[in-house]
Amino acid sequence: MGIEEKLPSGVLLTTVEGVAGYMRKASFWPATFGLACCAIEMMTSGGPKYDLARFGMEVFRASPRQADLLIVAGRVSNKMAPVLRQIYDQMAEPKWVLAMGVCASSGGMFNNYAIVQGVDHVVPVDMYLPGCPPRPEMLIDAIMKLHAQVQDTKLGSNRLAQIEELEAGALKALPTSQMRGLLR
Amino acid sequence: MTTEQDFYADPSETSQGRVFTVTGQDWDSITEGLGDAAEERIVVNMGPQHPSTHGVLRLILEIEGETVTEARCGIGYLHTGIEKNMEYRTWVQGTTFCTRMDYLSPFFNEATYALGVERLLDIEDDIPEKASVMRVLLMELNRISSHLVAVATGGMEIGALTVMTMGFRERELVLDLFELITGLRMNHAFIRPGGVAQDLPPGALDEIRDFVALMKKRLPEYAALCNANPIFRARLENVGHLDLAGCLALGLSGPPLRATGYAWDLRKSEPYCGYEDYDFEVQTWDSSDAYGRFRIRLNEMWESLKLIEQAADRLADLEGAPVMVADKKIAWPSQLSIGSDGMGNSLDHIRHIMGESMEALIHHFKLVTEGFRVPPGQVYVPVESPRGELGAHVVSDGGTRPFRAHFRDPSFTNLQATSVMAEGGMIADVIVAIASIDPVMGGVDR
Amino acid sequence: MTEDNQGKTQDPSNDLVAGDQEISRAVGSRSGMFGVKGTGDTSGYGGLQSPTVYPDDAQRPYGGWFDEVADALETRLRETDLDAAIERVVVHRGEITFHVRREDLAFVAQMLRDDENLRFEFCAGVSGVNYPDDTGRELHAVYHLLSMTHNRRIRLEVSCPDADPHIPSLVSIYPTNDWHEREAWDMFGIQFDGHPAMTRILMPDDWPGHPQRKDYPLGGIPVEYKGGSVPPPDQRRSYN
Repeated sequence: MGIEEKLPSGVLLTTVEGVAGYMRKASFWPATFGLACCAIEMMTSGGPKYDLARFGMEVFRASPRQADLLIVAGRVSNKMAPVLRQIYDQMAEPKWVLAMGVCASSGGMFNNYAIVQGVDHVVPVDMYLPGCPPRPEMLIDAIMKLHAQVQDTKLGSNRLAQIEELEAGALKALPTSQMRGLLR
Repeated sequence: MTTEQDFYADPSETSQGRVFTVTGQDWDSITEGLGDAAEERIVVNMGPQHPSTHGVLRLILEIEGETVTEARCGIGYLHTGIEKNMEYRTWVQGTTFCTRMDYLSPFFNEATYALGVERLLDIEDDIPEKASVMRVLLMELNRISSHLVAVATGGMEIGALTVMTMGFRERELVLDLFELITGLRMNHAFIRPGGVAQDLPPGALDEIRDFVALMKKRLPEYAALCNANPIFRARLENVGHLDLAGCLALGLSGPPLRATGYAWDLRKSEPYCGYEDYDFEVQTWDSSDAYGRFRIRLNEMWESLKLIEQAADRLADLEGAPVMVADKKIAWPSQLSIGSDGMGNSLDHIRHIMGESMEALIHHFKLVTEGFRVPPGQVYVPVESPRGELGAHVVSDGGTRPFRAHFRDPSFTNLQATSVMAEGGMIADVIVAIASIDPVMGGVDR
Repeated sequence: MTEDNQGKTQDPSNDLVAGDQEISRAVGSRSGMFGVKGTGDTSGYGGLQSPTVYPDDAQRPYGGWFDEVADALETRLRETDLDAAIERVVVHRGEITFHVRREDLAFVAQMLRDDENLRFEFCAGVSGVNYPDDTGRELHAVYHLLSMTHNRRIRLEVSCPDADPHIPSLVSIYPTNDWHEREAWDMFGIQFDGHPAMTRILMPDDWPGHPQRKDYPLGGIPVEYKGGSVPPPDQRRSYN
């Protein structure tokens, strides 16, 4: 019927990383961190029409201890930033952060005294999702892309090497302010 | 730090006695420390991130056993500085900011702001009829979607998850209509000073009529599931009691006020957008509790359906009528149209200003970059939002930007009743009481 | 453009500072048109001056029920020798505003709530407004009162100077003003004397300054983009 019946002797060889990544991505548990308009769209994504349960994600965890994905849904004010950091710190490794909406990603249209200009000032972000607010389909798409990222996450010394490589690449990259060319 | 100190529960001596601050999972020192204490007084900090606080609301509850002796709200976790931001944008751009305040009722935010600017401009009588009817239509659709979320999240917070899935299922239908009419699911910025941004798209009226017909089948499901449900009633009845005197003193409006039996609805008492010409009833209940507020919301959805039907009938007769004030110094120069890149100016207009008329190009440029000027003064035009009296205090100094726009948001005012509703009750009832006010933190903190 | 020509338009009937007509409510003025100052202005419009003129005091009769409210208010104030409590009355766009002397605010509000001819039992909160050019009255607190009994709406306006930002609290009369007054303190630095807990409400407790005052910057950061940087809205060139 499925892949298991096509296997010659019921044995499938893969890497530990592959299995771990598959397990992690297939049961992502998001922490509820609804803040503003995006939170409503996040709830809609879990609702009957868009049904995040199709991707093993319907269990929105109330406690950060049980969650491995933090969806920052909405604008983060300066008063909320310490709370966000505390919740992130309380989550168990491995953990990922998805900045949902343009306010969480960059401050968006609220470039003012009250709003943190992008939650990457407070927590490391793995996936940025634009939109004001993003449609539920966009959130699902962002989560699927994050799934791919999680699947490819390495373990142990490979992971350290991967981190080093990513960091070296980031250090070499040209800062946005020094990029030249058309505004596009 | 010595090894004997507990990082998570560090006891300290204060004027109030010995205080433990618990932030982690190690409770050993608490139980040890409380062993010989004569009285226990526990302060529970609930939120600002909590699944049943209706947004980023922080509750500071002092409890004795299961009884709440003191309840205080901490707000401001979603303060966005929208009012200040509006002072740096033109009058029309202001709608894009204020629509994001109370994100469950965007059209009401836009409407109260647009009505205020129109009064300052003294063009209240020049608003085309079709614009007013469309405003009524959109606001009533919005009232349904907002009440659905109120019922849905209220249900979710007391564990009735079916109510939540149902609420979001129906809300999706309303959002589809919004998307059809305005292009966006939320945060529309569609009601602008002078009228509305765009005419109805073709086929919208049929969709609206289909929706009304479907909702008439679906709304009874809520009544069948909740109204007489013994668990639902046990959780809601006699919870969050607040009588008329309390409501007036604390400035509560909307469903909490009407649940005391007082039929106060700004759509009737101070009609705007032509509400005086529609046939609908103000819904009241006489129990002053959470259950009454729930029933009022359910009944108001029926009234909104009535209003939507009437508005749709009027719109059928107004095909092709203008939706923006005729004054070209205020109205956006071109009709928008849906281009390949989403929403844009209509190609006919661009052909006109780029190829035919220099004056039209100058006019377009001035109005888009500078905007219009509004005579100095101040106004306050409240509307009846799903949560109560929502009003914008709009002040102009004669410039192209608001001098000050303050929003009197019903969530902000109504949330003050938390202490009165929760104190002396069970800790589980705090959630019900707050859900019955239905505060939206985007509106509370702005 | 010569000195004495400034602020005058070509049509004398549109002239904002025409001749000997006294303008009692000119609060500040705007100059130029395009937000450019000094040598950067090549448009020639930089010399334009136009005063900001708020609606003038209303003369009796105010029209409609405005007179009934004003009469009832005046009668009661005369009984208590507080005629001067109402500084000015402005009727504009069909709304009536009573400018109240700040020391009499609590008394006036109590009367507005309790007098059977007035019965303004519902207060829609306080809105702070900062007029930096209104010397000696920089901070205004605006109250919107509603009489459900008579279905009337009025506005009370109280002002205080920046140097002495104190206004009596109305919490004991309208408990709903509790949070509204805290918000006005948080955003404008108006201290409401007699408020039970005058603390910040929206901003963090240790926040410096009062963000919605006009002298407080918007606080945005420049947005960097490929090859460009866009300043925050309050530092961009804009029309004034």
